[in-house]
Amino acid sequence: MNWGKVFALSLRHIYLIKGSFPRILDLIYWPTIQIFLWGFISKFFTLSSSYFENTVGIILSAAILYDFLFRSSISYNMMFLEEIWSRNFTNLFIAPIKISEIITALTFTAIFRTLIGLIPAALIAIPLFGVSIFKIGAPLIFLLITLYIFGVTLGLLVTAGLVRFGPSFENIAWASLFFLAPLGCIYYPIEILPEWLQVIAKILPLVHIFEEMRNILIHDIINYSQILKAIFISFLYFLIGILIFYLSYNGAKNRGTLINMGE
Amino acid sequence: MKLEIKNLVKKFESVTAVNNISFTLKKNSTLGLLGPNGCGKTTSIGMMLGLITPTSGKIYINDIVLEPKNRIELLTSMNFASPYIELPKKLTVKQNLEVYARLYGVKKIYERLSELVEDLNLQKFLNKKTGELSSGQKNRVSLAKSLINKPKLLFLDEPTASLDPDVGDFVREYIERYKKNNELTILLASHNMKEVERLCNKVVMMKQGEIVDSGTCGELIKKHGRTNLEDTFLKIARSKNELG
Repeated sequence: MNWGKVFALSLRHIYLIKGSFPRILDLIYWPTIQIFLWGFISKFFTLSSSYFENTVGIILSAAILYDFLFRSSISYNMMFLEEIWSRNFTNLFIAPIKISEIITALTFTAIFRTLIGLIPAALIAIPLFGVSIFKIGAPLIFLLITLYIFGVTLGLLVTAGLVRFGPSFENIAWASLFFLAPLGCIYYPIEILPEWLQVIAKILPLVHIFEEMRNILIHDIINYSQILKAIFISFLYFLIGILIFYLSYNGAKNRGTLINMGE
Repeated sequence: MKLEIKNLVKKFESVTAVNNISFTLKKNSTLGLLGPNGCGKTTSIGMMLGLITPTSGKIYINDIVLEPKNRIELLTSMNFASPYIELPKKLTVKQNLEVYARLYGVKKIYERLSELVEDLNLQKFLNKKTGELSSGQKNRVSLAKSLINKPKLLFLDEPTASLDPDVGDFVREYIERYKKNNELTILLASHNMKEVERLCNKVVMMKQGEIVDSGTCGELIKKHGRTNLEDTFLKIARSKNELG
């Protein structure tokens, strides 16, 4: 691994973000909108339902964490799509960079983009709704890491699709997370799902992450085995994602699509 | 760097894009790869850059077979420029060149940047976004990127396409001058026959994925009974596979 090259790839995207105020605004805009939206919805539930004593806290924390997942995945995809849109794809793939360096650079740079969105959203929620995700405490770091690994994995899978099928796969990039959201049990407990769907949901790390978040916020109990399980599942998917990316890359080399990507 | 192609074949399902081509490009020479659109030039260059996996055949760079395991090492001494690929539009010229200098592991980045900026007259738009440049300016930036690592083997795909005669001449003159002062082997794909005559020591003519003729420009013109390379190209391109 050549960290200089990893840095160079990251630099390309940092320059892009730095050079465009609307881009920074866009990164901040959507998470903030989410917070407003879910904040008001939650407030409504608090006033008219007795389901949770702390509805605002639970739903808003879930929204922030889900948005973190969403941003990390989209950030990853966006950086790859930027190369296709700018027709820089061939230049990049004829540079002496290993695939592992590309994946590492995208993975590290995605966190930069994701945090630009997350931090203002998380901070705005404190004075506006009295909700702080930091109340989750130290386990928050593990939950965020797990979400990040899974978000990046989804990004990696979509990127593999882009390499395999070309820019036409772009729409899947935007839709990818919505496919999983209902199974992720982000805003409701797993018991809400039919039993057969629960089986499928449990093989996703999202259920374990959001169940644990609720555990901490409602019962003030930290179940580290649940967190470890989520990390393990996320990491496993990440490895599968890397494998699929390599397969797609080799497939694209066979089909000769790398040289024309973006045209 | 010496480039040797041996029995290179690329099939895309039922279509044979490149059919058993072989040629050698001597160290420090310039070879013109000519042929009508869709004759397999880009696919061939793609294979030489390791972007496309050949169906069969071998590519030797300095007598070393180009393989996935040594591709990165070999690419360090190679580069490619084409008007059909671009640099990120929203980055400035300087940022783009800096990023690519780092990707190619250039040691004295800013020193190298200064050399290229001066040689290719990039000063005026160095801090301008690449997407805001004219095609002539973009072309010079693309050339700067392709020389950022002081390559020993350079692939140029229609380097002066869509340029006005003045800028086109500047680019050709620069390539000539650069080659004179540096160790550089060039494979040039072009549809500009005057450019090929001016820059290339040898020419390989492709048609329908096959090499149909090769030699120096003078040899080919004489062989086909024409007065210039353009007419020779037309004769070969319009013939019905009787050449071989």
